[in-house]
Order: sequence, then structure tokens, then C-alpha cells
Amino acid sequence: MSSTATHGTDTLRVGDREYQAVIGLEVHAQLLTRSKMFCGCSAAYVGAPPNSNTCPVCLGLPGTLPVINRQAVEYTVRTAVALNCEIPEFTKFDRKNYFYPDLPKGYQISQYDLPLSRRGWLQFHVDGEQRRCGITRVHLEEDTGTMYHAGDVLQSATSSLVDCNRCGVPLMEIVGEPDLRTPEEAREYLIWLRRVLMYIGVNDGNLEQGSFRCDANVSIRPRGSDQLGVKVEIKNMNSFRAVHHALGYEIERQRQVLEQGGALPQETRGWVETQQATVSQRSKEYAHDYRYFPEPDLPPLQLEAALVERIRGELPELPDARAARLRRQHGLGDYDAGLLTATREEADTYESVVATGVGAKLAANWMLGDVARLANEHRLPLQQSGLGVAGLAALLRLLEAGTISGSVAKELLAELYRDGGDPAALVEQRGLGQVSDAGALSSLIDEAIAQGSKAVADFRAGKEAALQSLVGYVMKQTRGRADAQLVNRLLRERLGG
Amino acid sequence: MSFTGGTVAASAAALREGGVSPQELLAEARAQFERVDAEVGAVLTQTWELAERQAADAQRRLREDPGAASPLCGIPVALKDVLCLEGVACTAGSRILEGFHPPYTGTAVQRLLDAGAVVIGKTNCDEFAMGSSTENSAYRPVRNPWDRSRVPGGSSGGSAAAVAAGMVPYSLGTDTGGSIRQPAALCGVVGFKPTYGRVSRYGLIAFASSLDQIGPFAHTVEDCALVYSAIAGHDPRDSTSSPTAVEDPMETLRGGIAGMRLGVPHEYFGEGLEPGVRRAVEEALRVLEGMGATLDEVSLPSTGAALSTYYIIAPAECSSNLARYDGIRFGMRKEHDALLQMYLDTRGCGFGAEVKRRIMLGTYALSSGYYDAYYRKAQKVRTVIAEEFAAAFERVDALVCATSPTVAFPLAAREDPLSMYLCDVLTLPVNLAGLPGVSLPCGMADGLPVGLQVIAPRFQDARALRVAHAYEQATGWHRARSPLVEATA
Amino acid sequence: MPLTPEDIAHVAMLARLGLSDEERSRYGAQLDAILEHMTRLNDVDTSPVGETAQVGELVNVWREDISQPSLSVERALANAPAREADFFRVGAIQE
Ligand SMILES: [Zn+2]
Repeated sequence: MSSTATHGTDTLRVGDREYQAVIGLEVHAQLLTRSKMFCGCSAAYVGAPPNSNTCPVCLGLPGTLPVINRQAVEYTVRTAVALNCEIPEFTKFDRKNYFYPDLPKGYQISQYDLPLSRRGWLQFHVDGEQRRCGITRVHLEEDTGTMYHAGDVLQSATSSLVDCNRCGVPLMEIVGEPDLRTPEEAREYLIWLRRVLMYIGVNDGNLEQGSFRCDANVSIRPRGSDQLGVKVEIKNMNSFRAVHHALGYEIERQRQVLEQGGALPQETRGWVETQQATVSQRSKEYAHDYRYFPEPDLPPLQLEAALVERIRGELPELPDARAARLRRQHGLGDYDAGLLTATREEADTYESVVATGVGAKLAANWMLGDVARLANEHRLPLQQSGLGVAGLAALLRLLEAGTISGSVAKELLAELYRDGGDPAALVEQRGLGQVSDAGALSSLIDEAIAQGSKAVADFRAGKEAALQSLVGYVMKQTRGRADAQLVNRLLRERLGG
Repeated sequence: MSFTGGTVAASAAALREGGVSPQELLAEARAQFERVDAEVGAVLTQTWELAERQAADAQRRLREDPGAASPLCGIPVALKDVLCLEGVACTAGSRILEGFHPPYTGTAVQRLLDAGAVVIGKTNCDEFAMGSSTENSAYRPVRNPWDRSRVPGGSSGGSAAAVAAGMVPYSLGTDTGGSIRQPAALCGVVGFKPTYGRVSRYGLIAFASSLDQIGPFAHTVEDCALVYSAIAGHDPRDSTSSPTAVEDPMETLRGGIAGMRLGVPHEYFGEGLEPGVRRAVEEALRVLEGMGATLDEVSLPSTGAALSTYYIIAPAECSSNLARYDGIRFGMRKEHDALLQMYLDTRGCGFGAEVKRRIMLGTYALSSGYYDAYYRKAQKVRTVIAEEFAAAFERVDALVCATSPTVAFPLAAREDPLSMYLCDVLTLPVNLAGLPGVSLPCGMADGLPVGLQVIAPRFQDARALRVAHAYEQATGWHRARSPLVEATA
Repeated sequence: MPLTPEDIAHVAMLARLGLSDEERSRYGAQLDAILEHMTRLNDVDTSPVGETAQVGELVNVWREDISQPSLSVERALANAPAREADFFRVGAIQE
């Protein structure tokens, strides 16, 4: 579909009227607890054989009762304070009643009218501009099981299969205000939200495996109107790309319907990756009526101010604040600061390298350049590589002190990343120290001039670049150990440049 | 009289004095079961093999250290079939749970096992504990041991009848709106519903979570106190179970009632009370007064709305609690290629009429547009009812009244659901307020037992038992036995 | 206000109860009678009181985040009316 929808602007045209999209996102994030929300089964269900991670409680067997996982409550409070939410003193669980094979009890324990938190906001950036999106509420509930439909897992399947391993995994629902106007904004909001959740250690941010899931509500309305159009809910978006594409598609679809004088029904649509389109999930609707009522098996929660304050005090510096500090403290640009704070591990690594005395700019260049490339190549973060964070710092200090040249540093980095070892010892042992003594280089300078008569002539004729091949000769002969700047200077002196 | 037709205390003493062994008690229980249960229908699942092993185990424990063994060690017991015992079929009186074998044991039952109990079987009950006559069992009705043409009350009719018929000296039941006290009254035994939160509900197949409570049936108040002591106490698996320490009811059981103020709730002596019941209960009040208690008339003005409150809250919770019976992970299923039809057929065929009626009622009360008028309003009236009890308990130590407005009625006498619901009109307010209540025999009307109800403030379970024990010891109605027991004497 | 046949059908569908026509009309009449009785709720003045969802004053009842062993697959599936490999099997979702 064409991209009449947003690119840089949020204006849509329907006939000669200006329209605008309104997007609200609902994120479901699994919490990184050890055990499930209401029973002792492991919350780490991924990869477990089907139905091997269940117990009478999460299978919903008759007679069983839920018991709240305290850590899940604390993680949700942590998220709520990180998202600037109000946390009322009193909150409770409710039952949301509906039938589905992946919901063993026939109801989901969730929160209805008194959620754990409400009225917060998330700050994020789009093209270097700061934006803010309201957070309606963050509440706590339990995940459902997993359904596999004919053909999904077993060739022989003629029907649907249910795996209860995921039943009861703690799940946070983060409902955003309809403050977003473009697919780009929506994508950035999600990227930043995911980053915050991972920073505070409550979620692992895995969209593919579904530990971080997103649904969207999309409508369009005349610009300037303060009324929402008919909301369409979009599901099945399993990547940031999918969110971006699905919203772009859906906004344009709605625009076209209106342009052709059609009406938009309130409906749920699924993003179908193979068609790059949203498709109506038309179901015989028995008008959903979840019959929420207070969960009688669980006493309510009274979250004392002291508990909330303790959790607030334990909150790590959040990515936005950290990027701002790196810019201020180390003079980094927006882009570099953003990349270096993309994950808490990355930012911690950067700061610990800098703390050893390595220059902030140098550390940033190496981490975002060669280190990032190696990490990608080996599919192994620096922290787990042979080099490690301390090794990187040591190597960069050798470079900064002039003990080794840049090209030696580059070679060593690649080798140590893979095999490990002590950079200083290796430099010593292999004699890789930088040659920065003019006397020692003198005969090599002579050799370079003798073998490169064409380059010498070109240089003397004014071709500055010709000097590089002479420098390169010396570097090659010293296996990169020569101080390139010094060689450059010596050559110029000799050639009377 | 046989041991199994007698008291727990007598069996416990005989076990220690060597007058009888757990195996002999078990054999007696089995003989009585085989003699009378075809007529009574109290037991749905027999567990003789398990019982044999438990009896042998109890024998060992009694021989090794009789002093350390619980008073319940080696004594036969029957469990209402809503209580889960690992590996033993559990039906809740419903077709929909046919074939279900729980892979775990509930807390109260486990505490009995730990005490050395010998489980002879699972008792018949109204389907999912919904009913007041045990006629709603999907398997067969239970008959009253005093008159087999009459009902034993319900929903724990099988547990009450098993004791009344002398099969076991005690049993466990559950009480959501009177399901222990009312059948105890109709079967002439003692039944005790503890304070909500005193006995763990873990392993009790839920009917209405905020009202359900497990409790004992026995011939004496003392026996009920012994069983209560064994099963009560905090359980981390039930978040609604109270963490406060359980008072030992045995310490105060014999304290008497001289100087106690007993409240007589005016509204509980209304028109619905059968004359025979009224006579017996009023006579009991005179006995209590004669023992030195002061009787005070008190008023619980919202009693008239309690039935409506209960029949909103209990069905609402049940409609949700029973959603898990979907034919997927356990129990019965009516196979169909299409999921929706499988749900409809399984639940349509698997549940009986009363259960479906209550699911319909509860679903309606919670549904959009009706929640405020029914469920929310009922929750508020519930608050008022609890506050009225609390106010009464500022003036009196306990309340005394009838347990059931009638004696046992003939089978099939109450076809209209509302008339059946009225059976619990004197017991269900106690559940709404979470109070402890005892029913104990206080005489006969037309040859059928009448029950006296003692109600105490929350967590004053020991006080309720103390008042009941004092009355029982002063009158001796607890020595009366149904014809089925007398015959074995 | 008596329940209409549509109300009864709607409630039965919400509760996933397959009812016969006879059951529907019987339950309709019985629920009407019961709901009529429920009007007694309005006899009680509840304006000054809160709602009781559960008796007892417990709050913050929770457990520490400790993982416990799960059931074996065999035990988890032992009660299943229909099983395929190590899954619970259900019919096609055609809703
Ligand atoms: Zn579990």
C-alpha cells in the first residue's frame, strides 16, 4: 500500500480535509521472577517439554488456590515508579471470566477497577526530538497457556493442542494513553518502554518469544477534533518492524475507507506478516462480557508508602537520564550517548572502561565500532568474550599511552575477543610495542624512499596522497608497530615537504 | 454399642487401653457400612485398601508411643467427596468430575492423615455442595438414618448420615450456607462450622470461595473439638486462612456457661419455624438459663435480606469457580469436533439442574448492566449483616437459635428451588459474616431430631463449642442414636 | 422485569451451558421467581457502608519467589479426557 500515511508528518488527507491518526499501545510484559504468579512452578518455561512445567494450581485443578508472588508485586511497583505512575495504597485482584482452552480456570486473575498503579508517563525520542506518552495504568495479572493449531507442532494434529507451561507466568499489562500519532512514534515508544523494563531488570524484552508483546488501538479523526474515531484493535505484531508496518498499513486503510465514503466498524484485526496487511479477525461475537468481580481467594494488597519508597530508592538510573548524563559528563553526541545506553550492560561497560582512565571519546569510538562488530560477529557480548570489560580497558590504555599503535590494537582486539589473554603480556611477549624512536625508523624511511621512486616523484609534484603509500610501506615492515604520525613527519622532513 | 457408632473419645481411650485395635475398628466400620449403606447411600467411593494400610500404620504408632499419638490415630473417618485425597476418585457429587483422581491431597485431609486417621471413603453430597437435601447428588440421594423416607439434609448429607448410621465416629463436611449444621440437625448429630479462615480450603473443591469452610460431624461436641484442633490453623496455600494462633478448644470446653450472656435473635424465631422445632429450641433456652446463663433478646434486622444476599454472592462465585469444568484437563467430556459445541455439551450434560440454575443466576448477577443492582448491592448488604452480628456480640457472648426451621422432610418434597433455599435461612447469615457455628441435638419432634445452633463471634470457636458442650452434657441428647445404630448394640 | 428468552440464551452462552428448550423456559421462570425474591435486598439501607468481598481483615498475603518442582508430564496429563502426544487436545476453534 502506498505511503500517503505518515513520513515525518502526522497529517493525513481525506478528500480535502486534514486527518490525524490516534494510536494507543497496550503492552504485556512477563516478569523475570523465579516462580509463577500464583504457584511455585518455574516462570522460565521457554524450551521446557510440553506440560512439564505445571502443578495442580496452574492447571486449575479443583480445590487449588492461588498465592501471590511477592516479587511480582515488587517488580510491578518498580515498573510503576519507573514510569512515573501514582501508586494507590489499596489495590486488589479481580477475576476476568471467559472460556478459552489456554485459560485453565475459566477466568484470568487480573486487576480491574483498582489497578496497582495509574497515571504515569514515558519519555522517549523520535528523530532526536523528545516526546512524552501518558501511561493509563500498569497492572498485574497471570499469563495464559499456549495453543497450537493443526499443523503447528505435530504433523498428525487434527485439532488444537494445549500446553499449560506458560499458564500463570506473572504478566504486567502496561496501557498507554492514545497520545501517539505516527507509526514512528509508536515504534520509538515501544523501543524506549522495552529499554526501561530491561534496565530495571523486570523483563527480558524478547518480542519473538513473546515475553514482551504489544497490541495497538488505532483510529483516525479530523485534525483538531478532540473526539476519538472508531477504534480498531491490532494484534499479532511480533517485532518493532511489524508494529511499524502494521500501523502504517492500518492508518492508510482507514484513510482510504473514509475517503471512499465508507464507515469503519469497531473490530479486531490481526497483522499477517506474509500478506503485509491487517486482516479482520471476524468471530461470532458473543459480546464479550468478562463479568469482573473481586477475587475471593486473595486478600487485597495495601502497599505502604515505605515499601514504595524503598523500591523507588533502589531504582537504577533510567536510560534517558543516563544518556543525558553521558552527554554532559563526557561530551558525547546524542547518537553515541543513545547507543551506549541502549542496554544497561552496554552503559555499565562503557562507564567502567572510562573509569579506568581511558578517554571517553576513544572508549565510545571503540565500543561502537570494533567491539560492536566483534560482538555481532561472534554473537557474544563483550562481557562474555575472552577479552572481557577489564581486558578492553587494558588494551585501550596501551593504545592511549602510545605503547601500541592503532592497528596493533585492532588486531589484538580481534584475537583477544576470541581467545582471551592479557593484552600487556601479549604486547611484551610478541614485541608489539610501538616503534616511536626516530633513530630506529631511520633506515626503514630510507628503504621506503628507495623502493618508492614513483610515489616520491608524485609527492614532490604536489600529490599529497602519494605519501600514504610510503607510510604504508614502513607500517608494513614494522607489522603495524611504527608510530604512524612519527613516520609521516620523518618522511616529510626527508623529502623536504 | 459398637465403637464406630460411639464417640471418638471412647475409641481413642479403648485403643490406648488395648481394648480394641485400629484394624478391629476398621472391620467394625466396614461391617456396619455393608449392613446399612445400601439403604442409606452415604458413601460414593470406598477406600478399604487404603484404610487397611492406614490402620496398620496407626497400630504401629499407637504401639510405639501411645502418648504422642493424636486422639484421632487409628479411628475411621469418612470425607465429603469435595475434599481431595491424592489418587482417590473425587466427584463432588457431579457427573462432570467422573474419573477425576486428584494428584494431590488437600490441607485439612493431610492433617488428618498426619494424625493417623483411617479413611474409609468419600461421602455422597449435593452436586458441588449445592443443595439442602443431598437429592442433588448426580449419583443417588442419601437417606436419613432416622427415617429412610426422609432426606438427611445437605449438602454434606452423606457425611452426616455416615455418622448417624454408625459407620464412622466422625466425618468431614463443608459448610457454605449451612451444609454442615443443617444436615447435622436433621440427622441428630453434632456439626461444627469453624470461623471462616480457621481451616484451610486448599483441596476443598470450591462452591463459593468467600463462604466455604470445612468442619467435622460427630456424636459429641468434644469430638468435634478434637477434630477441629487437628485440622485448624494457618496454611500458606490458602491466602484467606488466618495466621493467628488457634486457641485450644479443649482448654475451655468444660468451663460451663454460668454468667454468660446468650443472645436470642428475635428474627430467627419467625413464622417459618415448625412448632416441634420451636418447642424443642425454647426448651433448650430454658435449660441454658437454668445453667446460669442470662438470655437476652437481640435483633438482627437485616436477616430477611440474608437469603437474597446469599443467593447472589454464592451463585456469582460458583459461576466463576465452576468455569474450570470445561472437559479439557480433567473430568467428563462430550466430544465434539468444534470447541464451542464441546463446551456446551460437556457443561450442559455434565452439570445437574441445580448447579446449572445457580451458574445461570450467578452469571446473570455478574453480567454487564446487572452487577450494581445485584452483586454490588449484595456485597453491601453483606457488610450490614456482618455489622449487625458484631453489634449483637457487643451485648452477648454467643447467640442461640434453631439450626433448621424444620425437621427432616420426605424425599422429593421440595421441588421448588426457593422452598429448598429456605432450608438454610437460619444458617446462611453465619457464613455471610464468617462466624463459627455449631449445631447439636436438642430433642425430637415427631420422632425426628431437632438441632440447636450456637453462634459465636469470629475466632471465638472455642466459645461456641463451650456453650454447646455445656448444653449437651446437661441434657444427654447426644446419647440418642438412629435406629440403624441401636440395632447393632 | 422478567427475563426474556434472549436474556436466558445470552446468559447460557456466557456460561457455556448447552440447555434444551425445556430447560431454558424452566430456568427462565425459576430465575424470575428468584430475582423477584432478590428485591428484598432493597429493603436494606446500604448507603453508608462499603462492600464486603471477603470477611476477615487480611492484607498483603504473599509468598516469597521460590520455585518448586512441577508435576511430571504424566501426572499433569493423567486426568485428560483427550490427549495427543504430551498436549491436551481440543476440537477446532471455529468461533
Ligand atoms: Zn504451577
